[in-house]
Amino acid sequence: MNRLKTSPLALTLLAALAALVFSIVITSIVLSISGFNPPSTFQAMVDYGTQPDSLVNIINKGTMYFLAAIAVAIGFRMNLFNIGVDGQYRMAAMLAAALGGAFALPPGLHQIVILLAAMAVGAAWAGIVGVLKVTRGVSEVISSIMLNFIATGIIAYLIQTDRLGYQPEGSDSIGTHPIAESGWIPGIPFPGAREGAEVYGLIVLAVIVGIAFHVVINRTRFGFDLRATGLSASAAVASGVNARRMVVTTMLISGATAGLIGMPELLGTAHSYSLQFPTGLGFLGIGIALLGRNHPVGITFAALLWAFLDESSQILDFNDIPKEIVAITQAAVLLSVVVVYEIVHRLGMRWQQQAVAAELAAGATKKAEVAS
Amino acid sequence: MRRAFKISAVTLTSAMLAFGASACGGKKVESGSGSGGGKKTVKVGLAYDIGGRGDKSFNDAAYAGLEKAKNDLNVDIKDLEAKKDEPEGDKVQRLELLAKSGYNPVVAVGYAYAGALGKVAKNYPNVKFAIVDDASIKADNVTNLVFAEEQGSFLVGAAAALKSKTGHVGFIGGVDTPLIKKFEAGYVAGVKKVKPDAKIEINYISRGTDFSGFADPAKGKTIAEGQYDKGADVVYHAAGLSGVGLFQAAAAKKKYAIGVDSDQYLTADAAAKPLIITSMIKRVDTAVFNFVKQTSDGTVKGGPETFDLKDDGVGYSTSNAAEIDPLKAKLDEFKQQIIDGKITVPSK
Repeated sequence: MNRLKTSPLALTLLAALAALVFSIVITSIVLSISGFNPPSTFQAMVDYGTQPDSLVNIINKGTMYFLAAIAVAIGFRMNLFNIGVDGQYRMAAMLAAALGGAFALPPGLHQIVILLAAMAVGAAWAGIVGVLKVTRGVSEVISSIMLNFIATGIIAYLIQTDRLGYQPEGSDSIGTHPIAESGWIPGIPFPGAREGAEVYGLIVLAVIVGIAFHVVINRTRFGFDLRATGLSASAAVASGVNARRMVVTTMLISGATAGLIGMPELLGTAHSYSLQFPTGLGFLGIGIALLGRNHPVGITFAALLWAFLDESSQILDFNDIPKEIVAITQAAVLLSVVVVYEIVHRLGMRWQQQAVAAELAAGATKKAEVAS
Repeated sequence: MRRAFKISAVTLTSAMLAFGASACGGKKVESGSGSGGGKKTVKVGLAYDIGGRGDKSFNDAAYAGLEKAKNDLNVDIKDLEAKKDEPEGDKVQRLELLAKSGYNPVVAVGYAYAGALGKVAKNYPNVKFAIVDDASIKADNVTNLVFAEEQGSFLVGAAAALKSKTGHVGFIGGVDTPLIKKFEAGYVAGVKKVKPDAKIEINYISRGTDFSGFADPAKGKTIAEGQYDKGADVVYHAAGLSGVGLFQAAAAKKKYAIGVDSDQYLTADAAAKPLIITSMIKRVDTAVFNFVKQTSDGTVKGGPETFDLKDDGVGYSTSNAAEIDPLKAKLDEFKQQIIDGKITVPSK
C-alpha cells in the first residue's frame, strides 16, 4: 500500500521509458530486416535532430502538437472523447485567417481579434457536439467524427476564389487573403539557428494554456467536478454535479483550445490558410494526449518526442532509408505505452487488493485469537 | 564519437551491399552537416510534393528528368519526399538540407513548395533553384518551370470527343485545386470544339484541403465506374496515383481512358493498355533535365520558363498507335491552330 502511494509518478515514468525502449527494439528489428544498421541510423537521427535548425522545427511542431493534445486531454479527463479536435482547429484556423486577412487592425488588437475568433469558432464547432450529446443523446465520438468531414467540406467550399479564397498571382495554390503584417506574431530567435528559423512567438501562449489546464483541472471547483464526472458520472450527479452542463462546458473549452492549435503556424509563418496548411494535427493530438497521460508535463515530453521523430525522419529519406520507419516507431511507442500502462494499472490493482486482503486476513486472525 | 559514427556508417554501407538492399551504391548515413567539399561532381537535389516517386504520373516524370540528368550529365542525384500533412517548416527543412549539403541545383516539384522556396532561396544566393508549377516566387536564383496544361488537355479532350461513340465523356480530377481546374478547362474546351453538344461528366475525388484525391486509386476506380455507367465511354483523369483506378475501371468495363502527365500507356497493366487512347504529356522530365543542363553549362536564367505546345512542353502521346493514329491529323490541326493563336484555350 505504501509502496503504491508513493510511486504513481515513478511508475508512469518507468512505463513511458519501457515503451520507448520497446519501440526502439521493434524499430531496430525492422531496420535490420530491411538491411540497415540500427545504431548508425539512430545516430544519424540524433545528430540531425539536435542541430539548431532542427531543434527550432521540433519546438515549433511540438508547440502545435502540445495544444492539440491539451484540447483532447480536456475531454479525456471527463471521459469525453473529442475526436473532432481536427475539424475544430481547421475550421477555426480557416475562418480566423479569413477574418484576419479581411482587414487590418492596429498591431496587438489584430492578433487578439484573430485569436479570439479562432477560439470562438473552435468552441462553437465543438459546442454542436456537446449540445447534441445532452439534448439528443448522440455519442460525441460519432458526431465529432462527422463534423470533421463536414468541416473539410465547408472549408473546401469557402476556400474557392469566388468566396473567401484568394489565388496569388502566378501561383497554383489557393488560400485565404494573407494577413497583414500588423497581425503577425514575430518569432523568437534561437541560438545557432539559421536566419529566418525562429521559434513560434505563440509558444508563450501554449505554455499559458498548459498551466491554465493544470490549475483549472486540479485547483478549481470546476476541475473537481470535471474529474469527478470522468471517474463516475452517476456518483458525480448524485453529489450535485450538473452533468449536462458539464458536458457542454467541457466541449466548449476543449473546442476553444482546439481553435488555438493552428495559430502558431498561421500567425507565425503561414499568414494565410492555404492548401498547404497542416491538417491532421487533431488526430496526432489524441495519440500524444494518450502518451502523455493527459498531464501537461507528460504531454510536453510526448509532443517533443513526436516532433523529434517527425523531424529526424527527414535525414532517413536523405540516406535512402524509408522514412516510414519512423511511423513504425511512433506506432510502436503508442501501442506499447497503452499496453504498459494497462499492465502497470493492473499490477497496481492487484498489489492494492493483496494489501487489503492481507490487512483483512490479519484482522480476521486477530478476531479469531480474541474469540478463542 | 565522430569516428565511431564513421565506422558505423561504413558498417551500414557494407551491410546494405551484403543484403543487396539497394540498386545504386554510395549510400552512407550522413546527418547533413554540410560536409560538401571533397567531391567535385555536381550534385542535383530534388524534393517531391506528397505522392512522391511511384505515382506513374507527375512525380515520376520529374524523376525521369532527374535520372536522365544522372545518366547523360554524370551528376549525383538525391530525391526527397514530402510527408502528408506536414507544416511549411518541413518543406523549408528539406530544401535547406539539400542546399546546405552541397546540392546545387535544387528542384522543388509542385506549387506547394512556393512558400518554402521563397524562404530558402534568399539564404543560398549561389544555389540555383527551380520550382515546377509555380510562378509566384520571383528571385534571381529561382527558375519557374510552368506548363500550359490547358493546351495539352484541349488536345486530349478533342481526342476523347473524336473517339466517343455516345457523345458522352468524363473527367476525373484528383483535388479541385486551381491547377487541376486548368486541366478541366482545357479538356472541356477541346471536347466542345469537336462536339459542341457533348455531355461531360466532371468529378473531383476530394476537395479543398483534403489532398487524398491524388493518392486514392480505390475512389478513382469507383468514380470512373460511375462515369462509365452513366454512359461516358472515354474518361480523362488528372488525379495522380488515383488514375490507376481509372485504368482498372476501363479494363473492367472495356471503355476508353486517357492518361496524364507521363505516357501512361507505357506503364499500365496489359488489360488496360489497349484502352488508353493517349496521355496528356506534361514534359516535367524535359523541364527538369533542361534546367539541370543549363545550370551545368551556366546558361540558366531566373524567372518563369513556360512549356507549351509550341516547344512540345505539353502534348499528347502517340504510343498506342492503333487508337491514336486515326485521330492524329485532326489533333495536329488543332495543335497548329493553338500555336498560331487561332484557338485560345481557356485556363479557368
